[in-house]
Amino acid sequence: MVGIVIVSHSQKLAEGVIDLAALMAPETPMRAAGGMEDGGFGTSFEKINNAIEEIYSDDGVVILMDLGSAVMTTEMVLEMMEDRNIKMIDCPIVEGAIAAAVVAAGNASMDEVIQVAIASRTTPKF
Amino acid sequence: MADTSKVIEIIKKIIADVDEQKLFLTELDNVIGDGDHGINLARGFDAVAAVMDTFEGKDIGAIMKAIGMKLVSTVGGASGPLYGTAFMKAGAYLNGKTEMNLDDFIGMLEVAIDGIMKRGKAVKGEKTMLDAMIPALDAMKESYGADGDAKKALDAGVAAAEEGIEYTKTIIATKGRASYLGERSIGHQDPGATSFTLMLKAVQALA
Repeated sequence: MVGIVIVSHSQKLAEGVIDLAALMAPETPMRAAGGMEDGGFGTSFEKINNAIEEIYSDDGVVILMDLGSAVMTTEMVLEMMEDRNIKMIDCPIVEGAIAAAVVAAGNASMDEVIQVAIASRTTPKF
Repeated sequence: MADTSKVIEIIKKIIADVDEQKLFLTELDNVIGDGDHGINLARGFDAVAAVMDTFEGKDIGAIMKAIGMKLVSTVGGASGPLYGTAFMKAGAYLNGKTEMNLDDFIGMLEVAIDGIMKRGKAVKGEKTMLDAMIPALDAMKESYGADGDAKKALDAGVAAAEEGIEYTKTIIATKGRASYLGERSIGHQDPGATSFTLMLKAVQALA
């Protein structure tokens, strides 16, 4: 099953997004990589790295990020894991995570998971 | 210009200067960013300080690469991947060197800037560290090309970086967190341009 990592400057935000997504897709492997080691705001190379390692399988892992250093630090983690099946997705972090988690739970492929997450960019709220 | 021990000496000065200026840098970032630039950078360079003894016997390239890796893994803000990439690119460029001249420094800065532009998907004129870095590089190239005087070239580089900081006060931020402020970012200098200038000044003082 495709796994999902949420990278945020805030530990609470990353964990909150995972909690929300898990309500609908408890079986999807998901990890939060939010905040620094001490719980403060920021993005941690090590937390991102560990989160990926914890849920990685050949089915792949998708990563959703908030902004700025979350994106750049994730890029650098992935540059060190070049042979792995991991993709960053540019999408709204809450809607994208929920859509990706639900589709992943149905044993969808990595491409399908990416597609629904990207589609969340243009899904109107009202 | 500098051998390995001189480079280590310069790194030590950068560590001390970043620490001394961390509140000032953070204050600048408080106004137009998320208020962590100085504290983040100081955390990164403190981590570098803690592994300085492992630099003994390494070439300049390996030292720069080790600094880059340390910054990426400890800074926590945008300056981590940006300066981390810059030092790692510089390390690859200086691979195996135990001595460097100003040509090497200019070449190193060129690849470091290129790394930052790619990592941050940024160009000059967006109110970022690049607005100090690129003018500094251009001024050093011009000065060194004219008379081959390294000292003069570094002076020209620092002067251009300082002008770059002043320039960042006049423009709207279009990159990073500060871009949300739009016109309200005018009048404030960019923290990244300021921290780069601090590092270049350490090179100027000791090289």
